[in-house]
Amino acid sequence: MTAVASAERLAGAGDRRVRPGAALAWTFLALVAVAALWPSLLAGHEPNAVDPAHALAGPGAGHPFGTDQLGRDVLSRIVYGTRASVTIGLGATAFAVVAGSVLSTLAALGGRAADELVMRTTDVFLAFPGLLLAMLVVAVLGGSTLNATLAIGMSSAPGFARLIRGQMLVIRESDYVQAARALGRRPLDVHLRHTLPNALPPVLVLATVQVGAAIIGGSSLSFLGLGPKPPTAEWGAMLAEGRSFLAADWAVAVFPGLALTATVVACNVAGRGLQRRFEGRRHVVR
Amino acid sequence: MKRAEGRTADGLIGWTLRRLLLSVIVVFGAATVTFATLQLTPGDPTYAVLNNPSPPPELVAHVRHDLGFDRPVADQYTRFLGRLATGDLGRSYQLDQPVWRVITAQLGSTVELAAAGFVLALGAAVVLATATAGRRPLVRRASAALELLSVSTPSFWTGIVLLTFLSFRLHLFPATGGTGPRGLALPAITLALGIAGAYTQVLREGLERALDEPFALNSRARGSGETAVRLRHALRHALTPIVTMSGWTMGTLLTGAVIVESVFSRQGLGRTLATAISGHDLPLVTGIVVLAAAAFTLLNIAVDLLYRILDPRLREAAP
Repeated sequence: MTAVASAERLAGAGDRRVRPGAALAWTFLALVAVAALWPSLLAGHEPNAVDPAHALAGPGAGHPFGTDQLGRDVLSRIVYGTRASVTIGLGATAFAVVAGSVLSTLAALGGRAADELVMRTTDVFLAFPGLLLAMLVVAVLGGSTLNATLAIGMSSAPGFARLIRGQMLVIRESDYVQAARALGRRPLDVHLRHTLPNALPPVLVLATVQVGAAIIGGSSLSFLGLGPKPPTAEWGAMLAEGRSFLAADWAVAVFPGLALTATVVACNVAGRGLQRRFEGRRHVVR
Repeated sequence: MKRAEGRTADGLIGWTLRRLLLSVIVVFGAATVTFATLQLTPGDPTYAVLNNPSPPPELVAHVRHDLGFDRPVADQYTRFLGRLATGDLGRSYQLDQPVWRVITAQLGSTVELAAAGFVLALGAAVVLATATAGRRPLVRRASAALELLSVSTPSFWTGIVLLTFLSFRLHLFPATGGTGPRGLALPAITLALGIAGAYTQVLREGLERALDEPFALNSRARGSGETAVRLRHALRHALTPIVTMSGWTMGTLLTGAVIVESVFSRQGLGRTLATAISGHDLPLVTGIVVLAAAAFTLLNIAVDLLYRILDPRLREAAP
């Protein structure tokens, strides 16, 4: 705690001041968290309540964002759709960091052959450009929020494994790790107590920016029909459904995208803020 | 001196050969992953071939035997690798055409889209970065906000918004099935917007760094105007990271093509892949994925090689 406080002081006044953009981003993320945890608190209607008489009604009283082709309230569906996106964003990133840590631990402890094996395996997985691997994984597992989370997580895990390994290679040469080894600690002990905990922080900071990318990836899968099955409310799927009714009603296709973009912008602003803070700290500690 | 040069050239060739050999292994691995993935896909592929919910059982058995689905997995795998090694990608189940023909027929449209998107993105980024690098805080902040918006907006939404307002409301562009430059405009802009932000960010940072270098000062001292310093000297330095980003660019363009082609119902490799995945069209999925992985791996080698040629320091630093 004191280390963080003094580091902030040393890093300069600019970093201590809360930027208005960051404050706005965190406020919005708090709203997103509420929507993900208790959607009924914010939504005025049931997300799947069908009302064909008022289909594609457009924004108006009672339905601020209008209704979709089945007369369901768009705002309520957006609120209920938050959970899927947040799950994919946080879940996929957490999966990638954990899988990356495990893989790089195997590489670090298993000697040259294990290192070579892990690195060549990540090479193979990194050979799939963009979302290709995630699309394949979902094709196998079937569409659902959990599977989309796994798919996005799996496709970003190799990158994290490489990153963590790179950090470990530097930390392994540091004095405290050498000292721990000289004191006769077992390699696994040294790894779990010294190398891994010190290799992770910069990676975790990078991971905060990855959350937004994972949210976009997840909703892209769902837009392509590889996400949770209908009638589950999900932003990407809502946009895909709304696409067929653009000529009749613009609202169905605009508002879910707005929610998605606003959430990703907030994640990126918040993540960059954290990055700035921690990078200031790292320079000071060194 | 001469000998040293000869050695580095040898080193470069050896390095390239080693990388190419490794890339063959990587592509082989990627093909194996794809094969394994599709083997694990639930559902009998025979039904995907027949495209008929209740085919007569003798037909099912016949097709299954014909395509080798009744053989052990290991046998299917070796046959798959053998075909792949000879460049035979098989026949698409759903389109009933050789995979090669499907890919070559669809490739042009996707390359056209990707090239247009890339050129637009790079052009926009160069203009925006040269105009805003090192300027007043307000200008830089405005540019930074645009960059943030660009990297945070999913391309399917950009596409839908452009379609809604420019095609359906204002009727400026054809909504779907447009040909020629007018049909290409909206898909290309959609694709470009997702890349332009990241490019501008990288270019602006590079320009700001380059403008602080002694050579920028030197050129100013010789009487060059600010625009000349930026365009003739600083921009060249700032453009190198864009080369490093080639891999990212290709991944984004490919994923972008899948999405943009679906949004605009445009024909191309991306939409073909999306349909093939949902239709369990194994040979087509495998063909596209393996080719994409191979192209991606080659691109990464080309970029590394280019770097070694451009920057002699790298040649000596690593084998």
